[in-house]
Amino acid sequence: MPSSDTMTFGSAMPAVSVHRKRRSLAAHATAYALSAPALFLMGLLLIGPVLVVLMMSFTDYSLGNASFEWVGLANYAEMLEDDVFVKAIGNTLLYVGIVVPASVFLGLGTAMLIESLTFGRAFWRAVYFLPVMATLMAMAIVWEFMLNARFGMISQLLTLLGLPAKNWLQETSTALPMLMVIGIWQALGFNMVLFMAGLTSIPRDLYEALELDGGSSSWSRFWTVTWPLLSPVTLFVVVITAIRSFQVFDPVHVLTKGGPNNASMVLIYQLYQEGFDFFRSAYAAGLTVVFLVFIFAITWVKSRVMEKNVHY
Amino acid sequence: MRYGTSTKLGSIAKHAVLALGAVFILAPFVQMISTSLKSSQDIAQGGLNLIPREWAAVENYSQALNATPLLQYMLNGVIVTVCIFAMQVLIALPCAYALAKLRWRGRSTVFALVLMCLLIPPHAVAIPVYILLFKMGILDTYASLILPFIISVFGIFLMRQFFMTVPDDLIDAARMDGMSEFAIVWRVMAPTAVPALVAFGIFSVIAHWNDYFWPLIVLSSEELYTPPLGIATFRTAEVGYVFGPLMAAATMVIAPLVIAFLFAQRRFIEGITLTGMK
Repeated sequence: MPSSDTMTFGSAMPAVSVHRKRRSLAAHATAYALSAPALFLMGLLLIGPVLVVLMMSFTDYSLGNASFEWVGLANYAEMLEDDVFVKAIGNTLLYVGIVVPASVFLGLGTAMLIESLTFGRAFWRAVYFLPVMATLMAMAIVWEFMLNARFGMISQLLTLLGLPAKNWLQETSTALPMLMVIGIWQALGFNMVLFMAGLTSIPRDLYEALELDGGSSSWSRFWTVTWPLLSPVTLFVVVITAIRSFQVFDPVHVLTKGGPNNASMVLIYQLYQEGFDFFRSAYAAGLTVVFLVFIFAITWVKSRVMEKNVHY
Repeated sequence: MRYGTSTKLGSIAKHAVLALGAVFILAPFVQMISTSLKSSQDIAQGGLNLIPREWAAVENYSQALNATPLLQYMLNGVIVTVCIFAMQVLIALPCAYALAKLRWRGRSTVFALVLMCLLIPPHAVAIPVYILLFKMGILDTYASLILPFIISVFGIFLMRQFFMTVPDDLIDAARMDGMSEFAIVWRVMAPTAVPALVAFGIFSVIAHWNDYFWPLIVLSSEELYTPPLGIATFRTAEVGYVFGPLMAAATMVIAPLVIAFLFAQRRFIEGITLTGMK
């Protein structure tokens, strides 16, 4: 047995590895200590609540009750029968379906216009960005006044043109479209600055190369260079706007309360009503799960598109 | 020559289109400020005059300040946003450092959790968090406005990305000097991260100054109201046609952020577009 060799190595090795282990244990401990508060709070305020919402949606719990029963899919079954829910889903999808494309295309158009200017860029950017900054609640109230049938600027203008003024926010046919206008008004500037960031990152020489190849019309510049190179940004902007639009709440709460006749009922507003007006926590939890499914679906589609994205 | 005129014309056309769009964007601001200066008779008369026929600026603004504790609301807004941001930094920075610069078992799992949590919108956790605050007996307090937001996974993510770019030499040198890891976070990493912290701060303050959903749910005492909630109550309480003071109140609520924005545009735009980097 080559005992002497192993002995010498044997006595040296453990000492080193114990030392290393201690050091790495200490390093591990520090890392855990540094991230423990964040981890604890993530569990308490984010991950835990999502799991609780999921479980609660299978119960009949309502806030203040001492106990609850498991009711399986009863809350989800109720949703299918619930006219308010059906209306809320339809309206939310319609809202997203209009606000997203409108604010994305207007944002892109504005960004391209501003980027192509030789002077005045900062000025126009500031102007279009203003609604993003302004407290939406305050501005919703201003919009309400603008749309006021008797005193509002818009109604006055229409009257001047000989057109009928109405209480746009109180009419079944116009309440939701007015909320969409406010939504587009607010999202446009946000999308614009994201596109502007994307546009400045497109290398100039690509346009020069295109020009050498004989494609110099702004049409071909857009379709051969700008649009494909901008597609990752566009995807981001679409996803962010969609997620934000799914959460539309402030103007609905203060201006229409989902009315008239649920004409402007949207998902988060119904969630608020069920959860915090009627205190039907379990049903509201079910609505939350539906909301989360939409949000995760959007994110999932995004990552699938990103995988397939073969531009450049 | 022809080229020159056509680009000049093109440039004028571009400014014209932007000006047209700006009418839509600015109309509410114009309406708000104009109405906040008008007397109630002037408003009732109607018409499209932007300059008041009968001025009542002082009356409207002082009535807005007297009819509701608007200054108290703004102070509440400042307290809440400052506390939230301070706590977010205090909690996010050490974690971001551990994720970016230390090697430890579970690091990738924790980072995956952070990325997962980025997907959770605040509305989705509202019911359980509300029940939690209810059980803790702290609904309708400053704590109920602050506590749910002290963890910002976005802040962790952002600061981690920033810390990745900080050279390791800097940290090794600090270790040689005998600094503890905690000291490194606050005395070495934080000072290098000031630009990222400013951007994150702007993002955080704007989000929470403007937030309406959460204060609406947890508050019932008027003296704790934040500006968005305050102005919403103003609207319902002072019903009817006191539009002048209402618009004056709206002007004062949006003023702090809008003025700050006009002075530091670039920083604000960076701060807000950070959400686009998620």
